[in-house]
Amino acid sequence: MKFSKPGASVALVAVASLALSACSSPGASSSGPVDVSLWTHAAGNPAEIALIEELTTAFNESQSEYAVSIEDLPQASYNDAIVGAAAAGDLPCILDVDGPVMPAWAYAGYLAPLTVDSAVEESLIGGVKGYYDDTLYSVGLYDAATAIVTRESILSEFGIRVPTVDEPWTGEEFDAALATLQSSGEFENALDMGTGWTGEWYPYAFSPFLQSFGGDLIDRDSFETAEGVLNGPEAIAWGEWWQGLFEQGYVSTKESADRERFAEGTVAMQFNGIWAAKTAADTFDDVLFLPTPDFGAGAKIGAASWQWGISSACENPEAAQAWIDFALQKEWLVRFSNETGNIPATAEAAAESDLFQPGSPYLQFVENSATLALIRPATPAYPVIAKVFEKAAADIMNGADVQRALDAAVDEINADLAANNYYE
Amino acid sequence: MDTTRPPRAGAHRTRRAEARFGLAAIAPAALLLLIFLVIPTLLAFALSFTNAKLIAQGAPEFVGIQNFQRLLGVEIATVDVERDASGAIERGDDGEPVYPSARELQAEADPVLKKSELGSWQSGDASSKTYLLVGDPIFWKALLNTFLFVIVVVPVQAGLALALALFVNLRMRGSNLFRTVIFIPVVTSMVVVSILWLFMYQRDGLINQVLASVIPGYEFVDWLANPQTALPSIIVMSIWQAVGFHMIIWLSGLQTIPGELYEAARLDGAGAWRRFTSVTWPGLRHTAVFVLITITIAALGLFVQINVMTQGGPLDSTQTLVFHAFTAGYGKQQMGYGSAIAVVFFVLVLTISLIQRRLTREKD
Amino acid sequence: MTLRPLGALHRRLWLPVVYWAVGALLLMAFSFPMVFMAVSSLKPDDQIFLDLKTMNAFLPTGDVSLDNYVGVFARVPVAQFLLNSAFTSALVVGLGLVVNSLAGFALTRVRWRGQTVVLGLLIATLIVPFETIAIPMVFLVSRLPWFSIDSAGLQFQEGLMNTYAVQILPFVANAFSIFLFAQYFKSIPRELDEAAMVDGASWWRVYRTIVMPLAGPVVATAAILTFLPVWNAYLWPIMTVQKEDLRPIQVGLQYFFQENVEWGQIMAYTTIITLPVLVMFLLFQRAFVASIASSGVKG
Repeated sequence: MKFSKPGASVALVAVASLALSACSSPGASSSGPVDVSLWTHAAGNPAEIALIEELTTAFNESQSEYAVSIEDLPQASYNDAIVGAAAAGDLPCILDVDGPVMPAWAYAGYLAPLTVDSAVEESLIGGVKGYYDDTLYSVGLYDAATAIVTRESILSEFGIRVPTVDEPWTGEEFDAALATLQSSGEFENALDMGTGWTGEWYPYAFSPFLQSFGGDLIDRDSFETAEGVLNGPEAIAWGEWWQGLFEQGYVSTKESADRERFAEGTVAMQFNGIWAAKTAADTFDDVLFLPTPDFGAGAKIGAASWQWGISSACENPEAAQAWIDFALQKEWLVRFSNETGNIPATAEAAAESDLFQPGSPYLQFVENSATLALIRPATPAYPVIAKVFEKAAADIMNGADVQRALDAAVDEINADLAANNYYE
Repeated sequence: MDTTRPPRAGAHRTRRAEARFGLAAIAPAALLLLIFLVIPTLLAFALSFTNAKLIAQGAPEFVGIQNFQRLLGVEIATVDVERDASGAIERGDDGEPVYPSARELQAEADPVLKKSELGSWQSGDASSKTYLLVGDPIFWKALLNTFLFVIVVVPVQAGLALALALFVNLRMRGSNLFRTVIFIPVVTSMVVVSILWLFMYQRDGLINQVLASVIPGYEFVDWLANPQTALPSIIVMSIWQAVGFHMIIWLSGLQTIPGELYEAARLDGAGAWRRFTSVTWPGLRHTAVFVLITITIAALGLFVQINVMTQGGPLDSTQTLVFHAFTAGYGKQQMGYGSAIAVVFFVLVLTISLIQRRLTREKD
Repeated sequence: MTLRPLGALHRRLWLPVVYWAVGALLLMAFSFPMVFMAVSSLKPDDQIFLDLKTMNAFLPTGDVSLDNYVGVFARVPVAQFLLNSAFTSALVVGLGLVVNSLAGFALTRVRWRGQTVVLGLLIATLIVPFETIAIPMVFLVSRLPWFSIDSAGLQFQEGLMNTYAVQILPFVANAFSIFLFAQYFKSIPRELDEAAMVDGASWWRVYRTIVMPLAGPVVATAAILTFLPVWNAYLWPIMTVQKEDLRPIQVGLQYFFQENVEWGQIMAYTTIITLPVLVMFLLFQRAFVASIASSGVKG
């Protein structure tokens, strides 16, 4: 490239200094366990970070070859930190990655394939396994799930049927329920969708509705176009329904980020993740977690949360793999579920978890995850798709012409695919 | 620079020593600016001619001016109305004549350079429709919003800052307190300020509550969720945050005007307004140029507020050039394209600054 | 003409009233977000929202406690972050004063070739927003040679990632601060230099013993102007510093944007990160205002 000249001289100095530093520290690795670095997005999340620390200490004590050291970074800027480190060639050995972003990292060569025991791989639920190009690159110790949250007393007061996974609300039923709740005058809005959460929430939470209508973010057969999928008749039907939610006042376009209104009683229902379930259950003793409605192509929710992978820069991949294998033991999967409130990664762990015993309202999340969950498209273009979909959904919400908004989204996704030779 | 000093004995040698010292003294700053500003900027220029991805396999490919074609591409296309077999104009369900859509026109275009509709006009007899097609509609909206922001913020902020400076310059009891409080937002991080105002602009936030208590029958506005009010809300907040800085600059200008000039004007019987136009304003000429240029440059770079508060929405009403470059480069990881937006931005700001300098210089 | 004294009397009566009315309005307009922030940091979340609807938003009423602060300290290593930011800011301010004043000196009082070119470039650097060049910068700093000193002695390394240096060096040279020094130095009579040179003083001594001692007020301004960008640095440390024990204070804000946002804690944290700046400003403000006034931005 044009700018290689200063680069070359800088590199020369760098090589010289590298040689120098290599000379000056000959005895650094002669004794003690090998240091293996690990990054996690969990800074500021005390429960999760404490557990990762405990797990790592246990791992370090279980053997004497390696010592894993943790660096915790805040989730809100985790991807920026990774990008910075990757630009600097400075990635850690073990790192966690948001499920849908994994293919982009794998494609870029940041990640090395995992070698998980096939029986273990078999036992993991779909949402915690990150495949790209038929290769396993990441595994989660738990999965998240979404559900519609409401109160039994509200549904019975307005004569609304309690749906199940086998018999979810149809689109018409759901719309009728929203209309009833809204016109009752008891609530400011019938439903809180969390529209004030920007970023990944939009594709994670809202694209499953699009998929339930029969549309999708990209053609999953070829991964080479979004034409006809994101702007076909099914997608348009989704867009019109989505826009209608706001036009009719069922949902607020600018829900505040704390999402306290369900607890305050000013919205009748809330669409939220499993991380908010405990607050809701603590507030109301008749809380209900429900499956999403079926708009024709089956009820859907998003899958895949944070997962662990091994960076390709890792000098001791066997150590990283050992840490991951260690973490995938049942006792840790149970504890991750118990202490972070998420869905256990295996059925055996679920059987022993505190939260998901028969009769627990939280069980609905497991059921939603097992039967309705759809992984976001595993393509390196996903970061672009996510941003484009977020903008399209927000524009439609704010009154943009549905067809034009979705056409624009398709054009932008297709432009990115073409500009990158379809990520071959 | 004073170059008319008489030559002295050994002047040549001291001249050399002087030049050596000058270079040595500027060197640390120059070197740091070179590494942390000039070279990265040049790298951005280089990247703008590639398809570099933030996260990518291998080296970026050189793509020539493709990024700029996509960014700046404009085309005007006219299509004839659809007619049925008899030649009568076809009409849709809503009774409007039917034309081929802009997207159909572009169906065969290269997917990267495909243009989309920014606006359209029908001919008077409805026989044809003209589309304005652009490669990147968000860029043009961002450009428009950035200009709107600059056009409002520059005069309002400069004017308000001057008014505040005149007020504080009355030097009555309390003026130090007022000056300090007005300046506090300036030293507060823009991220913090944006989070606070995000709160206050909410539907049940402070601004609505305060307005409702003052105006009878006031209807709550969702300030940042409404395309009509989002940009004005950001303008108000931005002026609030930065006006203190320029107040201080005006204040410094005011204090360089000799008191005797006011005395003389007063003796001539000039009223307050007259004194302002004939003494104060002429005395502030240089300060005015400085204020104008610094506000313009800062306003053109509008970013943090957008990133924290609106993400460019609703409906692109708060898209700005730097935010668009940032979203493309980081969010969508299209570093090459993001760099191209940045380069266009640099050129734009440089041009505006040069024009401003030229205009203000000619008047001198 | 007979009316004039009456008019003056009138004016003397209403002027203070108007003055204080306007002043009070300004005080409210410019301080209320900060007051709201500080007050809310003492309240639990549900009360913050409840109080939003009344004037209580500005008053420490109801269930007031330091719980949010306790929560903040449990979540974020505040002391470490504050220390890191204080350290990097102090170094930037210190180095910046030397580097920028020297540059200002070189640009106004010393003659050398290429002066106008450098001045032009300096102006051009003012227009580059950091966000647009951050990635190339990360690329660059990660390949710069650097050194460290540890138990094994002096070590050379490739790249400044995860160091204090990467948080300091980019902020030292500040074009705006160079301008301020240059402006100020222009106003000091040149004859002083020449007299000293006749006495055999070197340029370095002229800078150190004659010009800089006169630059007191501009030093305060330059200090604040170089301090603010480091203290408020946000995107840059996120991209270049992954080690928690090196992280600066603003990045801690990110710890609070989780799925369950606790606004009280965010208010407490923003109060914590804003206070040192306010204190610094209040300490320096007299000199600060005086310096801009005396440097006079005379163009």
